[in-house]
Amino acid sequence: MTTTTQIPATASALKHKRMEQFEPSVVARKVSVFYGEKQALFDVDLDIGRHEVTALIGPSGCGKSTFLRCLNRMNDTIPICRVTGKISLYGKDIHDPDIDVVHLRARVGMVFQKPNPFPKSIYENVAYGPRIHGLAASKAEMDEIVLTSLDKAGLLGEVKDRLTEPGTGLSGGQQQRLCIARAIAVGPEVILMDEPCSALDPIATAKIEELIDELRENFTIVIVTHSMQQAARVSQRTAFFHLGVLVETGETEDIFTTPKDKRTQDYITGRFG
Amino acid sequence: MSDLAIRNVGMTSAMDATTTNSQRVAAGLKGRYAAERRFKAYGVLAIAFALACLMLLMWTIVSHGYTAFVQTMVRLEITLYPQDIDPDGKRDRDVLSTADYRTPIRQAVADLFPDVQGRSDQRQLDALVSPGAVFLIRDMVMADPSIVGKRVSITIPVSDDLDQLNKGYINPNVAEADRKVSDKQIAWFQRLKDRGLIETNFNTILFTMGDSREPELAGLWGATVGSFFTLAVTIALAFPIAVMTATYLEEFAPKNRWTQLIEVNINNLAAVPSIVFGLLGLAVFLGFFGLPRSAPLVGGMVLALITLPTVIIASRAAFKSVPPSIREAALGLGASRLQTVTDHVLPLAMPGILTGAIIGMAHALGETAPLLMIGMVAFIVDIPGGLTDPATVLPVQVYLWSDSPERAFVERTSAAIMVLLVFLFAMNAVAVLLRRRFERRW
Ligand SMILES: Nc1ncnc2c1ncn2[C@@H]1O[C@H](COP(=O)(O)OP(=O)(O)O)[C@@H](O)[C@H]1O
Ligand SMILES: [Mg+2]
Repeated sequence: MTTTTQIPATASALKHKRMEQFEPSVVARKVSVFYGEKQALFDVDLDIGRHEVTALIGPSGCGKSTFLRCLNRMNDTIPICRVTGKISLYGKDIHDPDIDVVHLRARVGMVFQKPNPFPKSIYENVAYGPRIHGLAASKAEMDEIVLTSLDKAGLLGEVKDRLTEPGTGLSGGQQQRLCIARAIAVGPEVILMDEPCSALDPIATAKIEELIDELRENFTIVIVTHSMQQAARVSQRTAFFHLGVLVETGETEDIFTTPKDKRTQDYITGRFG
Repeated sequence: MSDLAIRNVGMTSAMDATTTNSQRVAAGLKGRYAAERRFKAYGVLAIAFALACLMLLMWTIVSHGYTAFVQTMVRLEITLYPQDIDPDGKRDRDVLSTADYRTPIRQAVADLFPDVQGRSDQRQLDALVSPGAVFLIRDMVMADPSIVGKRVSITIPVSDDLDQLNKGYINPNVAEADRKVSDKQIAWFQRLKDRGLIETNFNTILFTMGDSREPELAGLWGATVGSFFTLAVTIALAFPIAVMTATYLEEFAPKNRWTQLIEVNINNLAAVPSIVFGLLGLAVFLGFFGLPRSAPLVGGMVLALITLPTVIIASRAAFKSVPPSIREAALGLGASRLQTVTDHVLPLAMPGILTGAIIGMAHALGETAPLLMIGMVAFIVDIPGGLTDPATVLPVQVYLWSDSPERAFVERTSAAIMVLLVFLFAMNAVAVLLRRRFERRW
């Protein structure tokens, strides 16, 4: 009952070959986050591998979203939030004065917990990012970007005949893939996903998980999930957070089979969370 | 097995408790439903009372005012002798506009009653037609000078007293001294009627003319145009300022003590009596800046101050109702804050903002007291042609007419209220339509 071998999905993680050489694209050092007086994250050190899926797991309220939002500086939009420590993207500190937050967010895209398409057409949803960043010189180029992004998000087949219809008219799973297409369209290096499947049914979830596996080819992905099965299925590396502290991090199969910390072990065996 | 048995025992005892509880619930049910029925009845009563009051109000206004939409006219054959009107025969506009049109009218009436002799009788006879009829003839001649020297058949309004008599507001059976029309006038009017010269027409004057001392010549067009100019200024000032303020406060301003202070003061301003804004306008716009009196420009500025807080509050509520997830989505894609607002938040907030703005405008349209302070209560005959021309507005016109002694102004006051209400209802309907239209966009 308490053996870790019970999690079958580790098999899928095992399928992926171990990285011969670990090559981080994002490096976080001593990252602490404060909401007003309250500290939500304590000195987090984490390396996020390039073109890998890194899963952030942990009980709710432990600071997973908070950490994720540090990576594209979405926490800047919360007035009481203060971030200390150093986060670098390909060796460049994202808090450097010469890093523009708008530019950073073009390089580090985000998909949210609840699908949040704009109340505009499917086409407009995907085209918005490229348009504000001036990525397409012509209508034809924009069409190209929109179609390839929808294709990469596995949505093109379902929506190609109704690109002018509202994005909000799609099903939940389709909306979430539209949000992924929207993020991809800007051509980011890293995609952050905050519990992208928590509002979806199992079939839609399976589709997104499959999609994440494909996206790994081209993007570095950080995914927050409350489902350990999901973490095991989609991720190569896993970071376990508890009460604002990064308890343990490592290759997913190691975390799930041979956790070093007692708290990790308790969590993945379902003792708390 | 024994485990199961124990559980069963536990279940039964629980069931017992449930039965008694269920009885208790059943006993209380009647009272609970009765309370609900009572509550519903109070609600229905309250609505019925409110509706009854509204119906009574509407009934009073309509029953007093509907007769103002028709006007009693008399058909006269008027000969415009050139020697009376244009002795030089040059058709000079100055001469035509100051010519004596009274004599031809008097002559035309006298021709109908050749038997009337004596000065006093003749004066009474003259009083049958509106003294303002001369202006109608003058306007006709000015528009087409070739009719000078011809015999024209036109309908002109009868005097307001005869009009009231015709509409049944003057009782011919009371003593002659107690009514505005004499026995002779009643008899003459009857003769005109018998000859088929009296017509009751739709009162176009009410909708095409400015104010007048003579009720039968008084119209709402001047006040309508004045209201239009005033509201144009109000919306041109209040809408952009309110939207900018709300946008800044909701989307950009840091939440600190200063913004809180501003917020509190905006709410306070919304509660300031409107007449205070009128005094402010008088002191600042007229007194300090020396802007013209009675002008729609100043009226609009004062009304803009009055409606600003309302529109700001409505706009902020509209901004607050836009889901934060939309802002996150845009920011997460790398949109700047301004782009997030202009591309996503503002369009989504627009229906709410527009509704607030239109309701604010409807409020401004009905506002009277502050406009009295800045002189928009003057008696103005001319239709205003611009923002700085002296003008009045519909509610002030209602006030002015309700203050006039003539019986014929009573019905016109109600008619003016009806016109004002039609404008207000139309504006509210537009607000509802706009909201529907924009909200339907998924
Ligand atoms: N906007 C905020 N303001 C104040 N406290 C916050 C805010 N967002 C998160 N927190 C706090 O930070 C802690 C971590 O939250 P979060 O990162 O959302 O957890 P998780 O995503 O792991 O469930 C929680 O204790 C939460 O109460
Ligand atoms: Mg979270």
